Amino acid sequence: MSAIQTQIPPGTWNLDPVHSTAGFEVAYLAGTFRGTFRDVEAELDVSDGRARIEGTANVASVDVKDENLAAHLQSPDFFDAERHPELRFVAGDVDLESETVDASGEITIKGVTKPIEVTGTISAPITDAWGNERVGLRLSAAVDRTEFGLNWNMPLPTGNEALANAVTILAELQLVKAA
Amino acid sequence: MTKVLAISGSLRSDSFNAKLLRCAVDLFGDGVEVEILQGLKDVPPYDEDDDRDGAPESVRALRAAFAGADAFFIATPEYNSSIPGHLKNALDWISRPLATNPLRNKPAVVVGASTGAFGAVWAQAELRKVLGAIGARVVDAELAVGHAPTRFDGDGTLMDGDLCEQLGEVVDALVSAVAERHELARAAA
Repeated sequence: MSAIQTQIPPGTWNLDPVHSTAGFEVAYLAGTFRGTFRDVEAELDVSDGRARIEGTANVASVDVKDENLAAHLQSPDFFDAERHPELRFVAGDVDLESETVDASGEITIKGVTKPIEVTGTISAPITDAWGNERVGLRLSAAVDRTEFGLNWNMPLPTGNEALANAVTILAELQLVKAA
Repeated sequence: MTKVLAISGSLRSDSFNAKLLRCAVDLFGDGVEVEILQGLKDVPPYDEDDDRDGAPESVRALRAAFAGADAFFIATPEYNSSIPGHLKNALDWISRPLATNPLRNKPAVVVGASTGAFGAVWAQAELRKVLGAIGARVVDAELAVGHAPTRFDGDGTLMDGDLCEQLGEVVDALVSAVAERHELARAAA
């Protein structure tokens, strides 16, 4: 049994939403565009050094720096919040043998569910100022947005397109062990 | 009762797109109430300044017509490879504020007629892009009526049986999209 495994006690770990971030980044024009979701839920269930991770994000809570862009992202051109209000990720059997997380799971975007490989890290637990055990979980994954029906684009004068298809999904979560 | 707002992007009295629109109106079945939008010519150029303390009367009427509809059927001509300015202008008024505009999430379908060979395909593509940007649920159906002066008889009836059939399919696609949206809303309730 590794040191990390023994450091993450079995049980349910609940999200601290205030100190967690989940979102995406994608190449747009000459740089990288980032967005996050304000309303995110996640849970980590640890047993015998392995874990089940499940997380959801409320599409309508997408947070970007322009209200019209936020409205467009919620429309059928993109996530279609009316018809598909939630994004979901689940990985049923995550090895916590080391600080490095490398897991297979499923992600659902715009009603389309596909396998996904996620990588990241999990920190050793700490005891926070209120006496709770707390871990940090950082995950990332790559998806092709067009495989989920997010096909919007804008042609540039050069003939290239403004928005890349490759999207990185990022989650930096703090989880607190349930009493 | 499903309410469809039918919009001709052409203002001309003998417009081919208005004729195409009227042909489509006749294809909607029972249970669908179709209103042909009036007053498009009265809508002033979009100016946010004019929208601060109450929009002009013509714009209020326009917004009310859009708000009361479940879906939109638009027939557009093509001016200089794109959308007629007054149609785009009306949609610009409708689109503000974007997050709550009355097109949002509602099904919309686009057809077009032109005197040339291509049936306003570029204007149609532009219009679908604009509707998507506004947040409409753009229905994946299309009809391009080229050589429009040869397609309608003196009563404005579409004479080509294949085109009539395709127009019926576009109408059905719009009605199905409305039914699907209503069904999903009921299921979610």
